[in-house]
Amino acid sequence: MSQAKVPAWVNIALIPVLNILLAFLVSGLVILAIGENPIEAAGYLIYGAFGYDEGIGYTLYYATNLIFTGLAVSVAFKGGLFNIGGEGQAYIGGLGVGLICLSLDHTMPFYVIAPLAVIGAAVFGAAWGYIPAYLQARRGSHIVITTIMFNFIASSLMVYLIVNWLKEDGRMAPNSRTFEENAWLPYLHEIFSPLGIEIGDSPLNLAFVWALLCCVFVWGLIWHTRWGYQLRTLGTNPTAARYAGIDTAKVTIWAMLISGGLAGFVGLNEIMGVNHNLLLNFTAGYGFAGIAVSLMGRNHPIGIILAAVLFGALYQGGAELAFEIPTITPEIVVVIQGLVILFSGALEHMFKDRIEGFFIRRAVA
Amino acid sequence: MFETLILMLDATMRVSTPLIFAALAGLYSERAGIVDIGLEGKILGSAFAAAAGAAVFGSAWIGLCFGIMASVSLAMIHGFACITHRGDHIVSGVAINTIVAGLTVTLSMDWFGMGGQTPALTGDARFLDITFPFADALESVPVIGSIYSNLLSGHNILVYLAFAMVPVTYWVIYKTRFGLRLRAVGENPHAVDTAGISVAFIRYRALIVCGILCGLAGAYLSTAHNAGFLKDMSAGKGYMALAALIFGKWRPVPVLLACLLFGFLDAVAVRMQGVEIPGIGEVPVQAIEVLPYVLTVLLLAGFIGKAVGPKAVGRPYVKERA
Repeated sequence: MSQAKVPAWVNIALIPVLNILLAFLVSGLVILAIGENPIEAAGYLIYGAFGYDEGIGYTLYYATNLIFTGLAVSVAFKGGLFNIGGEGQAYIGGLGVGLICLSLDHTMPFYVIAPLAVIGAAVFGAAWGYIPAYLQARRGSHIVITTIMFNFIASSLMVYLIVNWLKEDGRMAPNSRTFEENAWLPYLHEIFSPLGIEIGDSPLNLAFVWALLCCVFVWGLIWHTRWGYQLRTLGTNPTAARYAGIDTAKVTIWAMLISGGLAGFVGLNEIMGVNHNLLLNFTAGYGFAGIAVSLMGRNHPIGIILAAVLFGALYQGGAELAFEIPTITPEIVVVIQGLVILFSGALEHMFKDRIEGFFIRRAVA
Repeated sequence: MFETLILMLDATMRVSTPLIFAALAGLYSERAGIVDIGLEGKILGSAFAAAAGAAVFGSAWIGLCFGIMASVSLAMIHGFACITHRGDHIVSGVAINTIVAGLTVTLSMDWFGMGGQTPALTGDARFLDITFPFADALESVPVIGSIYSNLLSGHNILVYLAFAMVPVTYWVIYKTRFGLRLRAVGENPHAVDTAGISVAFIRYRALIVCGILCGLAGAYLSTAHNAGFLKDMSAGKGYMALAALIFGKWRPVPVLLACLLFGFLDAVAVRMQGVEIPGIGEVPVQAIEVLPYVLTVLLLAGFIGKAVGPKAVGRPYVKERA
């Protein structure tokens, strides 16, 4: 009722911007406490992220991972599920990509390997999301706890597999052999240069395009299919969903399958796009960062792209910042991330209720 | 064989200590209806504050005070978000874990400039091991002597404190008025409110206790178990404590047993590295490391017993009935 009187731009733009400004303000205070100038730091950060070709490339490369995990969190969120296991699903998804590449790179051309790797990432990631989903839907165990446990199980499993089975013979480093080049996703600067467009060298690769396609897919799925409607109903009011005859267990399981599959695509970008071998800890916290991206992006694909680019810029700009001002570590970005989760997630009601109240009163008056 | 067992149990006590503190911390919080994913962050924050305090002032006790203050402040942020502003408990916990993971490294780089570590702590800046009276003299007595001198004696004060906290928690939760109200708030906050008791105030107090216990866990890690703070040194202990809390079904004594079991598995994993078992061959370390999580998942799924948490856990309290 009262929601209708609040102008749309308040919820879409004003509140998220206010939250991020608050997060920046607090991070600025941290930088001030370290004894550096926050304005100068912000300058380096923005230049590092957007000031030159390579910087933009890196920003979008980080954003690729964050789009995948952000979408993963938001699909589950739409159904009222908190998938905190994106980290584990991404890790196992990377295993799927790695296994496809390692087994086919000697025999198959790129256009066979690439679709199979996409399927591998999705199937492995989805499988890792399936078990917690099944346990939640059919056996009533809480999905947050099980997905946390599955992050640790994934981590141990990967260490075991890589160290004992996939490690290159005679090497100490815990990673697989490097794939042949026909199992590499092409870099965007390689794709563009024959067309006469020169962009700087960066790890930005074809996975970025796939990430954008995934956004379109999720948008269509959630807002333009019967299943998406069921998912949103389940997320808004589970009792009503059950009463309306929706098979909530089935929707729950499918939501987590899709969520896990999306998280698994991080493996495409990292394993097939950049590292070109299967290695430990390539997920590097992207699964958790996805929570911030999804909250910031209000669970909408367009918002997620914007939030992912913002966080990608923080990652890349943070590296530049640490280079220019050595007393500031790149971990400052993690602090900002946490503050965004705090302000736009945990403390969302702090401003929202007051601002909405203000606009409702104004509309009434 | 007996000597090996004593050594492993000794290691179990050391590894279990932070788990016991943190799991009991979670017990106070969750019994009062607040889900606490942020145990991990509070442990890490306290580990850093304790090590920094101990390094600067040269006293482990001052370090401990700093650790507890840091951890309680984080618990209060959690309370501010979850109790006052009815925020999502999980999101708030994730936020705290993320902020602390970044902030500890940022601050320690600035304060100590050692790649995110604190200086190595020596002497009074650490909690040193306490040797029981006559421990040396009794060591030669078969069985009992070994248990007394090698297993029970020779730990630092925080280890004993952790074990002492279990009966204390039992008493507080089940035998005091505060404990009764705390449990009631976790099961049926409306009833507590109807009785004229503030739900928010009880939950805040539960979180203060939770913060103090997490503070002890963190201080133990950086000023007793190790000699200084390392980046990400909590290494999932908060999550494992959460698993132990669930495995112990939110009750003090079973939680202690769960912590000891998980600690023992950790000691086994270290021992089993590269050891061939006749008939089975070498058991991968990871298979043992992963057992606490697998067991917790199985328990939650109802395959081994059934874990039912406090009824109102994770739900913000709103006065009017929805």
